[in-house]
Amino acid sequence: MTIAEIAKILEAEVIVGSDLLNEEIKMGCGSDLMSDVLSFVKSEAILLTGLTNPQVVRTAEMADLAAICFVRGKKPGDETIRLAESKNIPLLTTPLPMFESCGRLWREGLAGCSEHKKSNT
Amino acid sequence: MVSDNRISKVQELIYEIGVGEVMQTDLVTVDPRTPMSQLRAILREKRISGTPVVDGDKLVGIISIEDFIRWLADREEDCPIAEKMSKDVCTIYADEPLTQAVNVFQRFGYGRLAVVDRQDKRLLGIITKGDIVRGLLNKLEIHHVAEEEVYRHRVKHFFEDILADKVVLLFQYNVVGQNFTRAGEGASRLKATLQRLGLHPQIVRRVSIATYEAEMNLIIYTDGGSIRVRVEPNEIFVVVKDLGPGIPDIEKVMQPGYSTAPEWVRELGFGAGMGLCNIKKCATKMELKSTVGKGTQLNIRISVDNEAKSEDS
Repeated sequence: MTIAEIAKILEAEVIVGSDLLNEEIKMGCGSDLMSDVLSFVKSEAILLTGLTNPQVVRTAEMADLAAICFVRGKKPGDETIRLAESKNIPLLTTPLPMFESCGRLWREGLAGCSEHKKSNT
Repeated sequence: MVSDNRISKVQELIYEIGVGEVMQTDLVTVDPRTPMSQLRAILREKRISGTPVVDGDKLVGIISIEDFIRWLADREEDCPIAEKMSKDVCTIYADEPLTQAVNVFQRFGYGRLAVVDRQDKRLLGIITKGDIVRGLLNKLEIHHVAEEEVYRHRVKHFFEDILADKVVLLFQYNVVGQNFTRAGEGASRLKATLQRLGLHPQIVRRVSIATYEAEMNLIIYTDGGSIRVRVEPNEIFVVVKDLGPGIPDIEKVMQPGYSTAPEWVRELGFGAGMGLCNIKKCATKMELKSTVGKGTQLNIRISVDNEAKSEDS
């Protein structure tokens, strides 16, 4: 699923990375706990989160995540945006709450991180 | 001498890039029979200062805002564009280098040149000075992205140039305590460095995550400390040190979910008692030593041969 398709499904606005819309996203995860993200999320996943601080982008950078989508209409501050731009990590924001965002992507066939692992082994 | 390099790069590019690569192809053209009185609206609407005049698919002239102003100033009757356009159109072939276009602009002072196909003389586009500048900037940007590759290449050769039985690299990153806005800068710089060294992406990821978690611990619980990273051919050894307050019960802090983090840290998505577990998961071997009042030392060893311990484990 591409970032453009995800943006459409989630009715999301692209804040950073309008030149990366054709990047392929292999799986998704939803979490507000960055340590959990660092622990179980795989690279090339999109992270759905309610947090907008720069540490979310740092977490994505360290774990090689492919994109971040903020849920419930949250907009990140300048610092978060600048960091994402410098690290080339796409940022999206959707008006949908977390549960519905995850649900829609799941329904459209985006795998979860544990699922992706099973299909790999 | 960065600026000198940039200039010579531009000089190279101006010979390398073809006119066809930077010209505008979504052309606005006008018919020679269009009345002069309609020209203003066309130029204003399309935000251009001149446009080729095309009869069928044949280029017959160029009309610019200067021609329009001259017509206005002369207070002449309305007439077809064909009567006021410049007819000896200066053209350039799409396969000519940018330097050729620059020469023509310099010599004749034109604002724009029509770009035509060398074979069938068909109009392909137009090129302005602005297009040349934009084209060069785009190329330089692409070169900038390619620079990271060049770095990596250089680092590899650098290693080949060192004559020794064993090569060890040592990096240190200093971390300021309680400074949440800069949290992760050390791990970020380390990650970029390891990537330049050409290490396997899964190894880089494991070292980065472990170092990032350790850096967060320094920031949350201490007044700061240092991260020292020793890179050897078959192992990466990260030592994270601080000068206090120290951990009273090491067994307890190793339990998943155990945390003494203040509320503000939790609100930022950290401090859930998972950090050390994460580090252990990424490491081939982890040791934690601490003395209350003196400080803590965390040793993280990640074996480079052991790429199999990837994110799936």
